[in-house]
Amino acid sequence: MTHPDGPGSPRGPLAPLQDRVRAHLPNPGLAAGKSAAPFVAAIMIALLMEHAIGPAVGLTWTKILLDVGIAIVLAGSLNVVNGYAGQFSLGQAGFMLVGGYAAAWLTFYGQIHFFDICPSGVEIDITDGKMCDPSTIVVTKEAVTCALVDCFSGKGATGGFLGSGQLLFLAGCILGGIVASLFGLLVGLPSLRLRGDYLAIVTLGFGEIVRVIGQISAIQPKDPTEIKARSMTELLNNLGASEGFSQIPDYTSQGTPGAMFWVFFFAFLVLIFIYRLKYSSKGRALLAIRENEIAAEAMGVDTTRQKVVAFVFSAFFAGIGGALYAHQIQALDPKELGFQKSIDLVIIVVIGGMGSITGIVLGAAILVILPELFREFSEYRMVVYALALVVVMILRPQGIMGIQELWELSPWRKLVQRIKRRGNK
Amino acid sequence: MSDLLQTLINTLALGGLYALIALGYTLVYGILRFINFAHSDIVAWGGWLAFTIASGLGFLSGAPGFAMPLVMLITMAICAAMGVTIELLAYRPLRKAPRLNVLITAIGVSLFLQNVGMNDKLFGTRPTTIVPMMPNTELFSIGKVPVRLYDVLTIVLALVLVVALERLVYRTKMGRAMRAVSFDERVASLMGINVNVVVSVTFALGSALAAAGGILFALRNDLRLTSDSTWVLLGLKAFVAAVVGGIGNVRGAAVGALLIAFVEVFVHFYITRFFSGTEWVGKLQDVYVFMILIAVLMWKPSGLFGKSTVEKV
Repeated sequence: MTHPDGPGSPRGPLAPLQDRVRAHLPNPGLAAGKSAAPFVAAIMIALLMEHAIGPAVGLTWTKILLDVGIAIVLAGSLNVVNGYAGQFSLGQAGFMLVGGYAAAWLTFYGQIHFFDICPSGVEIDITDGKMCDPSTIVVTKEAVTCALVDCFSGKGATGGFLGSGQLLFLAGCILGGIVASLFGLLVGLPSLRLRGDYLAIVTLGFGEIVRVIGQISAIQPKDPTEIKARSMTELLNNLGASEGFSQIPDYTSQGTPGAMFWVFFFAFLVLIFIYRLKYSSKGRALLAIRENEIAAEAMGVDTTRQKVVAFVFSAFFAGIGGALYAHQIQALDPKELGFQKSIDLVIIVVIGGMGSITGIVLGAAILVILPELFREFSEYRMVVYALALVVVMILRPQGIMGIQELWELSPWRKLVQRIKRRGNK
Repeated sequence: MSDLLQTLINTLALGGLYALIALGYTLVYGILRFINFAHSDIVAWGGWLAFTIASGLGFLSGAPGFAMPLVMLITMAICAAMGVTIELLAYRPLRKAPRLNVLITAIGVSLFLQNVGMNDKLFGTRPTTIVPMMPNTELFSIGKVPVRLYDVLTIVLALVLVVALERLVYRTKMGRAMRAVSFDERVASLMGINVNVVVSVTFALGSALAAAGGILFALRNDLRLTSDSTWVLLGLKAFVAAVVGGIGNVRGAAVGALLIAFVEVFVHFYITRFFSGTEWVGKLQDVYVFMILIAVLMWKPSGLFGKSTVEKV
């Protein structure tokens, strides 16, 4: 190998090629650390929310914060397909419902099948529908007494924070996401042929179909022996018919150990995902589709593929959001998760600013907290909300943040620049 | 045979109802290119207003023959005025804004109408059984199948109004102006068409038809709360009808409405009878409606009668 400066140059012989290349690559350990850092931070913040902020603010505000967290997950999911790709989805509640059903199926039937939380024989039902632990039955002349077993209270039934029950719940969330993303693929496929409003109408139709299918599923058995007698797959269709899936174990409502952790863990996971997506080549492709589909196609973006992928990811997170929601209110009512719920999510994204991550966080926080604050004026609350929506759309059509992020605004930028300049001196 | 006739009459009646509501969606979409989500609330208000006016005038039992048309006309006029006002205050400032914003505004207006309607001073928070101004008498019967007044009323009214609207859009000067604005708003205004007037007329027409639809719906079904999901679902299906027919097209909306009603009543009836053993099949009618929507859009992306647009760079 000849040196460009010729042999005997003052710089000496050149290092082998691999070494020179390696010198330009980032340190692999450092790079791995850098990409893991946000996740570590997310877990830290979620733990902080669970152990410090939750107890500090009290139950009422914990509930509101949990609602905000779930709203962030859901709005973040819609942000991928609506904010980035510009495809108007009106069926997000359908994905929520699918995810919620899948997760509830796993946690409700699974707790009986895997953990045996209702010992066999509890169906001895003596005191007005309450279940009895058979080993504690004492029969006296006056009455039959026993220790009551509350099979389906859920709270702490299977070993507290990060106990086996919570791991099942985590599996339920992921299962909900996966099942919802399969539906997302199904809904994304019409985007091969449809654009704009027509695609929105098809997603709307999808949401309604899912709702009806939930309503025609078989009833939910609540007797533990009956549940145990059938396998998990046999119970797949038992999603509660039109009364909805009820008595879902409680993992994400206020006061339940781990609730704040799980909700905010998933909220930050979604935020990290959509942040990374936004600044990746895939995200840029989606933004290009939003701005001008024909131009994007001309620049070599496979628009159909990207749109379908956006739908799949969006549905995945909506499914997780649906699972969190189901385990918060401990029931899934197909009537509640219809068209109106999808609209609520669209409102969060539009009010916050289409495609802005800080925007949807702000939008979720504002649209959850404000109605709570005005709860006393319940009669006029919704009227004012509706008027406010119209006024905001007229006065600030781009939403709170527009398409910008907090860190892209000029005061923030100037601050960052000043800090950097100081650092250089 | 009598089943077939009865199902056909039901199909036609429901189709007429959907057509009346679908026309409002199709007219507004044709001109402003946005889904007017507040339309189903105008339908709900139409039903409630008619009932309130009728009881205010003392027309509830044993009303004279002119009562029903009179109440209907008053309600249609009020709803037309409502439609024009909503457009003026909420949609006009956003004429140049992105369409998603107009859509959210429409949702805001929808929520506003729903919740104002539930105020005690207006319609209140209790569902009401409407006391009909005209009893649902049997007019005549074909074979053993009775043909009732409401069915005939709905079918005739829908037919008359659709034909009238069709003539208005394709035979009058105003109709030509509407089609011109729908084609290109800017060029139309350069040709001396007052776009604002055209849009106002569109909203007045659509809302008046919605009011008629609301009254006919309320006559058959009880009056649910203004925020009840039955109204939203009624609006959604009418909208689906407009889309299936090719949104922006008057004839298409009528055909789409008949198709949707056919699927919802006729197909549903015979499928349910075929699978009479399984109970859940009986609850699938909404699924058929949205399946036919998806199927039609996959086959013809702009509806049965819609113009397919070629995008140019």
